[in-house]
Amino acid sequence: MLAFIVTALFSGAVYLLLTAGSGSVLHFWAPTELVVACFVALAVGLVARKYFAHARQRAVLNPVRWVLGVAYAVGPFFLEMAKANVDVAYRVITGRIRPGIMRVKSGMKTDVGTLMLANSITLTPGTLTVDIDEETNDLYVHFINLADETKAREFLEAEEVFGLFNCPAWVRRIAE
Amino acid sequence: MILNVLIWVALGIGLFFNTLGVIGILRFPDVYTRLHADTKATTFGSIFTSIAVVLYAAGQYWHTLDGQYATLALHTVIAVVVLAITNATGAHAIARAAYRRGHRPVQAVVDHLEGKP
Repeated sequence: MLAFIVTALFSGAVYLLLTAGSGSVLHFWAPTELVVACFVALAVGLVARKYFAHARQRAVLNPVRWVLGVAYAVGPFFLEMAKANVDVAYRVITGRIRPGIMRVKSGMKTDVGTLMLANSITLTPGTLTVDIDEETNDLYVHFINLADETKAREFLEAEEVFGLFNCPAWVRRIAE
Repeated sequence: MILNVLIWVALGIGLFFNTLGVIGILRFPDVYTRLHADTKATTFGSIFTSIAVVLYAAGQYWHTLDGQYATLALHTVIAVVVLAITNATGAHAIARAAYRRGHRPVQAVVDHLEGKP
């Protein structure tokens, strides 16, 4: 039941965001859009509740974590991404690459945490998530430029993938 | 006036990185390194072109108080959030599919996925 309510509220809110500015009810919406939003929320809640809301990921509902998530996106994550782009610009122009795929221990326990970490890794310097070991939540990461001493190792810790900030700790605070 | 300069600067940065992404696709040797250039550069570039759109909409809204510009800015912000999530997830899906299809990374110095299902 909670899964249905959460999914319905979320899809209704997204629909209302997309249609904001269509009329003057509550300053933003046309009356028909509000009616349609209710139907959309009901339909999506019924169909998607099993995929969208898992009981063991209830921590994500906490609003404090949403604020943390936004802070992470505009702060550490954005700076890592800026660095990633300077790095890619350098590699595109010079063509200097030593690629390889390494196993990275993620240390995440939930699906949302693993997804956030994998996406953060993909958008930060020199790394691209290729595959996931679904039992241990370990990631297989493609590095564009591997140093000699890292290449010999069995696996890397997630903290070592990021240069400027401790992104895995942020992800753990937001999603677990 | 200052706003116009900011819009042009944001558009310039965005186009520069999007162009780099395209050049990267042409220059790199295999699907994984191409995805590097593609996902990072185009996400970053598109964030900046979207910032230009938001600035333009804010300026127009300031002058005209027309609600359609507020809607434009809101939709652009939603588009950026969705783009950042789907771009990374899509790259992940493509890389995984490519590996399972049998594409091995070119010039690779190490490959821990070798022999895994």
